[in-house]
Amino acid sequence: MSDQATAPAKRRAPFRFNPVWGLLIVLIIAIVVMNPGFAQPTGYMNFLKRAAPLAILAAGQVYVIVSGGFDLSVGSLITLVVVGASMLTNNDPSATYWVIPLMLAMGLGVGAINGMVVCFLRVPSLIATLGMMITLNGLAFMWSGGAPRGYLPDTFRFFGRELIRDVPMVRFIPVSVIVLIVIGGLLAWAMHRTNLGRMIHAIGDNPLAARLGGVPVNRVRITAFMISGLSAAVAGILLGGFAGVSTDVGFGYELQAITAAVLGGAQLLGGRGSVPAAIGGALALTAIFTLLNFLGLPQPVRQVVQGLILIAAVALAMHRRERTGT
Amino acid sequence: MSVTDNTPAKPGFRFEKWAPVILLALAFGLYVAIALITDQTQYLTFGNLVAILGRSIALGITAIGQTFVILVASIDLSVASLISATSVLASVIMDGSPGMIVPAILAALVLGGIVGVANGLVITGLKVNPLIATLGMSLIIQGCLSAFVSNFAGSVPPEFQIFAYGEILGVPAALIFLVLLALAAWAVLRFTKLGSDIYAVGGNEEAARFAGIKTNRVIVSAHVICSLCAVVAGLYLASRLRSGAPWIGSDGVYDLESIAVVVIGGTVLAGGRGGIFGTMAGMIIFSLIDSVFNIAGVDSFAKQVMRGIIIVAAVAFYAFRSKRIVA
Amino acid sequence: MKHIVQTTAAATALAFCLTPVYAQNFNDPEEFAKQQAQLTATANGPADQPWVQYIGDAMVENAGMEGPATVCFSNAGVNNPWRVVGYTNMLEELKLHDSIGDFVHVDAEGSDDKQIADINDLLAGGNCDVMIVSPNTTAALTPAVEKACEAMPVVVFDRGVNTQCPVTFVHPVGGYGFGIQGAEFIKDNVDEGANVLMLRILPGVDVLETRYSAGRRVLDDAGMNIVGVEFTDGDNAKTKSIVEDYLMRGTIDAVWMDAGATAVAAVEAFEDSGYDIPVFVGEDQQDFLRKWQDEGMTAIAPTYPTYQWRTAVIAAARVIEGEAVPGPEWVLPQPTITQENLADFVNPAMPPLHYAMCGCETMDNYPQAWGAQ
Repeated sequence: MSDQATAPAKRRAPFRFNPVWGLLIVLIIAIVVMNPGFAQPTGYMNFLKRAAPLAILAAGQVYVIVSGGFDLSVGSLITLVVVGASMLTNNDPSATYWVIPLMLAMGLGVGAINGMVVCFLRVPSLIATLGMMITLNGLAFMWSGGAPRGYLPDTFRFFGRELIRDVPMVRFIPVSVIVLIVIGGLLAWAMHRTNLGRMIHAIGDNPLAARLGGVPVNRVRITAFMISGLSAAVAGILLGGFAGVSTDVGFGYELQAITAAVLGGAQLLGGRGSVPAAIGGALALTAIFTLLNFLGLPQPVRQVVQGLILIAAVALAMHRRERTGT
Repeated sequence: MSVTDNTPAKPGFRFEKWAPVILLALAFGLYVAIALITDQTQYLTFGNLVAILGRSIALGITAIGQTFVILVASIDLSVASLISATSVLASVIMDGSPGMIVPAILAALVLGGIVGVANGLVITGLKVNPLIATLGMSLIIQGCLSAFVSNFAGSVPPEFQIFAYGEILGVPAALIFLVLLALAAWAVLRFTKLGSDIYAVGGNEEAARFAGIKTNRVIVSAHVICSLCAVVAGLYLASRLRSGAPWIGSDGVYDLESIAVVVIGGTVLAGGRGGIFGTMAGMIIFSLIDSVFNIAGVDSFAKQVMRGIIIVAAVAFYAFRSKRIVA
Repeated sequence: MKHIVQTTAAATALAFCLTPVYAQNFNDPEEFAKQQAQLTATANGPADQPWVQYIGDAMVENAGMEGPATVCFSNAGVNNPWRVVGYTNMLEELKLHDSIGDFVHVDAEGSDDKQIADINDLLAGGNCDVMIVSPNTTAALTPAVEKACEAMPVVVFDRGVNTQCPVTFVHPVGGYGFGIQGAEFIKDNVDEGANVLMLRILPGVDVLETRYSAGRRVLDDAGMNIVGVEFTDGDNAKTKSIVEDYLMRGTIDAVWMDAGATAVAAVEAFEDSGYDIPVFVGEDQQDFLRKWQDEGMTAIAPTYPTYQWRTAVIAAARVIEGEAVPGPEWVLPQPTITQENLADFVNPAMPPLHYAMCGCETMDNYPQAWGAQ
């Protein structure tokens, strides 16, 4: 896992067509050929609704990846948000208004702890967030006693479940798709148009140089983890809304989020990555699963395909990078 | 995964060298204290201590292999799937007949060799990040496996069950095997060219390459050793469960737990520093903590919370004094 | 009719060919017939206490021992809501037995390897007089249970082991029975040739495979059109997505599920897509029962009763007290929840995944101990 990135910290990458969009287009054409119903609003809106939590999660994960780390705790944070919300709302519709902010705050808090453990205790993020993942899973179980204790009221489930109907052109828009657009837009803006984004890139590229260049390394890295935690809380609210309470909602999402970010061209161990491309990666990953589903392929084949695509995507990216000499 | 300097160790008292021993002593002290406090002194017998060591033999074997890849600054997330695959493969080939034990073991080792070489080549040749390469490999192995089997498959003849259930002078045969394997691994790292190359490559790949070390070959070798260890763990589990199960590796979370054991034992994720004795200490710490929870009657949810905190705390114990910026 | 039989036979033959050679047989006609008979058999014992009832007459005598004795319990895990409810039943039942002194619980967290080690630990230092084992898997735990049998009386429940050495093996009728009950209900409530979607959790789990094979057999024999068999991983979001995808492609007249934890998500897929809720086979989870009552669904809830966790303790207590227990198998009745008795089981105060067929309503700490609000 050596990292030879020694390029100057401040460098705007020239615009290049990200292959993830090509992949996504090919996949969507294939899905439409397989199942013309997908071209109907019900088809693609359901698809977007399903992909929204992963896309938001991947957008948050990119912040940590670009800063040079990993966040494995997001999956169990999702679970904790869903379980916690069901415990706190206690089936009271009006509780939603304070429970949702509280859950978002919890996401920020967990992210802050991750960041501080990495920055101040100097535990590698892989281990720090792995420990957090195990701990949060245990906490979710302790809190609920092993099984969900309450229902989520419809007010809470609004964001993940409801549709805005009678929209011209597309007939309806799921609320979660609007959440995706808003959050995705904000995260993309912060990453690619603000000083914070530049500093995150600089740290991932070369932390020593960044520090010498006056970047508050610890503060920025902690912020990156907090954004990832926040995105997990949002994803949790959407997933809980979509499908209700269970004690394993978040299972496996951490690796899917990393996969999506990587598909979008994010470079592990830092310095490179884009929020829109990570969202594209999440959509592509969801499209792959949808396609395999339509092809009637069983779960094992899906795993093999996911594994191959993951390796191929990174290998291809490395190949391009070597050829273009960047 | 450090991105900065590699300061040579200073002579005299080396904290890093003794830290695993300190942690081990702490864990053991805690175990004794809990047994005394809860008035369950029957847990302090020799037989019981052997039973504790016997708890995590599969984890110990896997962690020995994981130590090699982490020392070269790589990582292997495919061990859990490989463990499942070998336990099924071996058990299906044996299918209850003692005559097939040797072919089954050979087939399993060949599979391990192929996976190790494949991991190594994807990482060195295609330059894929080891985390992604082995995660992808893990998905591929698990997918291929689940396509063929979904339940216990084959059966292990009684002759092979000796591996897991046999005893020599009251000590489980598998425990003795683990000790021998650890000694062999230690000898490889300490006395062979491969061993010193592994430390060199993990410490600074560029420098090692300039020093004329064929770094790619070293990384591939480390991955082959890791996969072979996972294969042995798979054989042990097949012997213990008397049949191969396609979920045995992922149920035991051997991928992440073996990494945790290695780092708790003081081997640095960035590579180049650490060793087998630390890993063995890490394994024993894990087993002791598990037993402490059992004796104290901690419920499994609280157990999980503490386990997570302990992993982070143990690594922080080594790391917080360093001035590096970690990944 | 003739061609249906032929097709079924051909399909079964094909299925056998495709089944990996080493797979266990989860489609055993003898076991199917046996459980089918047990579903309608009259159980011995008090009808209002199904947890002490038993089907069949064989009994095992016990020598008894001096009480209060220490009971050790090697638990496969409390890693799902069914086991959480069951374990609560067990803890409450323990309070009713003076002959049981200490109770030592070790949790294998769903790992065979760990459970084998746990049993060894208990034998080495647990001071146990009687051991209760809920095996994580049948084959893997057999040697450990055999070793335990040499040291003390053993009671096994839920899953069995491949040995006759335990005093008794407590279990309800079984997976075939579960599959039959749901599929028969579909057969009675939709027309021949109707579209049935079968949702399963995951392959390879013995108790779930038998539910499926029995359900499939009944549905095939009834001439149903199985539009798909899908694995949901027990994941709500995935379940809902799968059903939505099927609804985009055609109509569904009935949904059969091998377990009910994600049943409400499946129902919601129909609601959110704007379809009527079809005939449903769920399970006895409170959230499903409530949905069923609120929406006036046509549904049934076969059960795999959690009251067997009480029975295991009762068996252990009788071993200590020297009383006879049904054995070597203690087959418990396996009732269903239907429209007629639905109201008896719905309780909005209970958690969503509380298994209503718990036989716990009359216990002292009901409903708080089971997580009621």
